[in-house]
Amino acid sequence: MNPADLSVILPLICLGAAAIAVMLLVAVHRSYVAAFVLTLIGLAAAIATLPWMAPGAPHPLPPLLMLDGYAALYTGLLVLASAGSVLLAFGYLRKYESNREEFFTLLLLATLGAVVLAAGNHFASFFLGIELLSISLYALIAYPHKTDAHTEAGVKYLILAAVSSSFILFGMALIYADTGSMAIDRIGPTLHGMPLQGGDPWLLAGLAMMVVGIGFKLGVVPFHLWTPDVYQGAPVPVTAFVATVSKGGVLAALLRLFPPGDIQTDSSLFFVFGAMAIASMVAGNVLALLQNNVKRILAYSSIAHLGYMLVAFLAGRPRGVSAVTFYLTTYFISTLGAFGVITVLSGPGNEMESIDDYRGLFWRRPWLAGVFSAMVLSLAGLPLTAGFIGKFYLIMAGVGTTLWTLVIVLVLSSTIGLYYYLRVLFTFFVKQPESAGPARSEPAFSLSGALTLAALTFLLIWLGVMPAPIFGLIQTMIH
Amino acid sequence: MILAWLIIVPVAGGLLAWLLGRTNSTWPKWVALAAMVIDLVMGVLFAFERVESTGPWLAEIQLPWIPQLGIGFFLAADALSLVLVLLTALMGIMAVASAWTEINERTGFFYFNLLWALAGITGVFLALDLFLFYFFWELMLVPMYFIIAIWGHENRVYAASKFFLFTQASGLLMLVAILGLYFVHGRSSGVYTFNYMQLLGTSLSPVTAMWLMLGFFIAFAVKLPAVPFHSWLPDAHTEAPTAGSVILAALLLKTGAYGLLRFVVPLFPAAAAEFAPVAMILAAVSIIYGALQALGQTDLKKLIAYTSVSHMGFVLLGIFAWNRLALQGAVMQIICHGISTGALFILVGALQERIHTRDLNRMGGLWSVMPRMGVAMMLFCMASLGLPGLGNFIGEFLVLLGAFRASAPLTVVASLGFVTSCVYSVWIMQRTFHGPNREGWKPPDLSIRETAVMAVMTILIVWLGLFPQPVFTFVNPSLARLERIAAGSRPAMQIDRPITAALPIQAFEPVVAQRGERP
Repeated sequence: MNPADLSVILPLICLGAAAIAVMLLVAVHRSYVAAFVLTLIGLAAAIATLPWMAPGAPHPLPPLLMLDGYAALYTGLLVLASAGSVLLAFGYLRKYESNREEFFTLLLLATLGAVVLAAGNHFASFFLGIELLSISLYALIAYPHKTDAHTEAGVKYLILAAVSSSFILFGMALIYADTGSMAIDRIGPTLHGMPLQGGDPWLLAGLAMMVVGIGFKLGVVPFHLWTPDVYQGAPVPVTAFVATVSKGGVLAALLRLFPPGDIQTDSSLFFVFGAMAIASMVAGNVLALLQNNVKRILAYSSIAHLGYMLVAFLAGRPRGVSAVTFYLTTYFISTLGAFGVITVLSGPGNEMESIDDYRGLFWRRPWLAGVFSAMVLSLAGLPLTAGFIGKFYLIMAGVGTTLWTLVIVLVLSSTIGLYYYLRVLFTFFVKQPESAGPARSEPAFSLSGALTLAALTFLLIWLGVMPAPIFGLIQTMIH
Repeated sequence: MILAWLIIVPVAGGLLAWLLGRTNSTWPKWVALAAMVIDLVMGVLFAFERVESTGPWLAEIQLPWIPQLGIGFFLAADALSLVLVLLTALMGIMAVASAWTEINERTGFFYFNLLWALAGITGVFLALDLFLFYFFWELMLVPMYFIIAIWGHENRVYAASKFFLFTQASGLLMLVAILGLYFVHGRSSGVYTFNYMQLLGTSLSPVTAMWLMLGFFIAFAVKLPAVPFHSWLPDAHTEAPTAGSVILAALLLKTGAYGLLRFVVPLFPAAAAEFAPVAMILAAVSIIYGALQALGQTDLKKLIAYTSVSHMGFVLLGIFAWNRLALQGAVMQIICHGISTGALFILVGALQERIHTRDLNRMGGLWSVMPRMGVAMMLFCMASLGLPGLGNFIGEFLVLLGAFRASAPLTVVASLGFVTSCVYSVWIMQRTFHGPNREGWKPPDLSIRETAVMAVMTILIVWLGLFPQPVFTFVNPSLARLERIAAGSRPAMQIDRPITAALPIQAFEPVVAQRGERP
C-alpha cells in the first residue's frame, strides 16, 4: 500500500470513516441533527474525492479492487442516490420517537457495500460488498421496529437475502473449484462465452447459482417475490434506498462480472438473462396493473425497469454499458423522486401508500403532485423527462444489435405499463368535492425534503432536455 | 429563428397561463388567446415575407442537441409545413374561443395543456430530425390526455386512456422503425444521424424497407385514423371537451397525414409504392365504413367523429395515389376538413352547453329559436357533404380525380362516400334544426363571440371553395419536391407502376385553376 493506492480509494475511506464517526458520535452524545450533518459531510467528501479515484488510467489494487472510470462513475451515482435517501429520511425519521441516529450509520455502511460492489474485482470483494449491503439493509428495513409491518418485511428480506447470498457463495466455490481463480476479470470472459449446450457442467452449475443469487438481489422475475412485500413493508426512505442504491450496486457488479462484449446470442448467459428480461418486463408491468398500493405499484414497476435494463445489458457493445448506466441514472432520479413525494407525506407507522390517499392531490398540493407527476411521466418514458431519453437509448441499444424479440417485448410491455402510470396520474387529478377536504392529515414537509425534490425535478427535466453533457461524461468515464 | 419562436410562444404562454390561473381564473384565457394570435400573426407575416423564396426551405434552424447520437435540433419549414402551422394557430384560436365559457374550473391548467398540445403539434409539423419529430409526437399526447381525462364528459377516463395507449403503442413502433433506419443508414454510410435530409435516399433491401415503412405507417394510420386503427377516435372525440375535440379533429389527425406525406413516401418510396394498393383499399374502406357508422349514431358528437374517419380516408387515398392532382386534393382536404369539422364540433359544443344533451332523438325544431346557429350548422354540413363552392369539394374532387389514374375501381368505391355523406349531413340538419321542437327547447342563439368564430371559418371555407389556386400555387413547389425525392431513388420503378408515376405538373394546373374559378 503506497500513498497512491490510498488516494484512489479515498471515497471508500470517507464512507467508512463517516460510518464510524456517526457511531462514535452516538456513543458520546445523541444528536439527530449532528448525525445527519456528519452523514452528509461523509457523502460529500466521498463525492469530492472522486477525481482521485479515476486519475486517468485504471488503477488496480490487486487482488480485491479495480479503480477505474467505471468504478468512479458508479460510486458517484450510488453516493448521490444515497445522499438523496438521507435527505429524504431526515424529515421522515424526525417523527420517529425512538433512537434515530444509528439509521445513518447503517445507511453509510450499506452505501459502502454498494460502492465496493462497483469497484470489486474479486469474488471476495464481491461477496464482501453484497453482505455489507444486505446486512445493513436487514436492520434498515426493520428500523422502526415497533411497527409489525416493518419487522415482518425485515425478516422476509433477511431470510431471502441470506438464501441468495449462500447461492452466490456456493456458485463462487464451484467456479473456483473449476477454474482455480477468483479474479473477476479473468473468469468473466470464460463465463460470458460459455455455450448453451456442451459447456463444462461445474462451471455451468456455478454460473447458474450465481445468476440465481444476483437475480434475487436485482429483484427480477422469477426471483422477484420479495420485492413488493419489502417495498411495501420498509419505511419509505429505505424503500427508496433499496430501489436505487441496492439494485444499482448489484447491477454495477453484474456489469463487472459479465462485461458486455460482442453479442453472443448462443451463450448460456444470453439465454438465461434474455428469459429473465422478458419475464420481468411482462410480469412486472402486468402485475402492477392489479395493485392498489402505490409502493407495490412502484415495486412491480421497478421489476419491469430492471428487465428493460437487462435488454441493454444483453445488447452488448458498443452501447450496452452506457445505455444501462444512463438508464440507471434516470431510474435513480425518478424512483427517488417518486418515493420522495411519498416520504414527505408520510411518517413512521403512518404511511400514505394507498392509491386512494392520492385522490385529488393535485388540487390540494399542486407542487407536490406536479413533482410526482413528473416522476411518473419519467418512469413511463414520456418526453421532457429523463426517462424518455433513457428509454430511447435502451431501445437504441437493442435495435443496434438487432435484438428484435427483446425490443418488441420491451415496447409492448411498456405500453401495458403506461396504463397503471396513467391510473396513478389520473388519481392526482380526480375532482374532489370541495367540502370533503383531505381524507387524512398530511404533515407539513421538511425543508430538506422540499429541496431534494426540487433538485430531483430539476435534474429530471435537465436530463430530459439536455442529455448531451451526461452522455459525454458517461462515455468518457467508461471507455 | 422564427420557427423556434412559433413553438416557444405557446410553451411560454402555457406556463404563464398556469401561473396566472392560480390567482385568477379569467387571465389564462386571455393569455392563451394572445399567445395563439401572436403565433398566427408571426406565421402569416412570415408566409408573406417568404412567399417568393425559391430555396428548398422557407426557413430552417439547425443546432446540435445530442451530438454523441447524431441528434440535432433541426426545424425547417416548406410551404406544406407552413400551411399546417398556420392551420394550427388558427384552430388554436378557435379552440380557445370555444372553451371561453365552457371551461370554468382549473382554467390555468386547462389552457396550459391546450397551449402545450398546440406547441407539440406545431413542433411535429416543423421537426426534420427524426428524433426531434418523435419527441414532439409524444409531447402532444400528454396534454391531450389531460384535456380529455379532466375536462371531458361522462366516460372520459376510458376514452382518454384508450387514446393514449393506441397512440403510444404505435408511436413506440415508429421509434423502433426510426432506429432501424438510423442503423441501416449508419452502417452503409458510416454516418449515424437522425437528420431527415441525410436519411433520404438510404438504400434499403426491399424487405427491410417494407418493415420500416410499416412501422411508420401504423403510427400515422392510428392518428389519421384509418380502419382498422380507428377505434380510439369516436370515444376520444365524443368525450373530450369542445376545445379538445376541435384540436383532435382539426389538428391531431392531420399530423398523421403530414407524417405520411413527409416521411413514409419520401423515405421508403419503393415500399410505399408496393404497399399503395393496400393503403388505398384501407382508405376506401375507411371512407365507406366511417360514413356507414356515422349513419347509425344518435350521439351527435359521435356522428361527427365517424365522419372524420370517412373524410380522412380521402386524404389517405390521395397520398397513396401519389400524383400531383391527388396530393393537391389531399392537402386541400386536410385544410378544409380541419376547418369544417372544427366548426361542427364548436357548434355541437355550443349546443350541448345550451341544452345539455348530444342525443339527436331529443333535438329538433331548433331553427326557429336559434336561426344563426342553424345557418352556421347548415353551411358546415354542406361543406362536409362536399357541396361545390365550399373547400371540401375541391379537396375530395381532386383526390378522386387523381386516384382515378391510380385505381379506377377503388375510386368508384370511394366516391360512394359522397352519397352517404349527403345522407348523414342532411340528416344532422333535419334532426336537430327541423321538425317539431318536442322538448320545448328555448336556448339563446349564438353569442357575438361565437358568431365571430363562425364568420371567420365561413369566410375561409368559402374562399377555399371559390379561389383555391393561391393555396395550390403556394404548396406546389413543396409537393413537387416531395415527388422528386420519392422519384429520385427509384427511377426504374416508375414504368410499371402507374400509381406512382409522376404526372406532368403544368398540364393539370389549369384544370385546377378552372375548377376553382368556376365552381
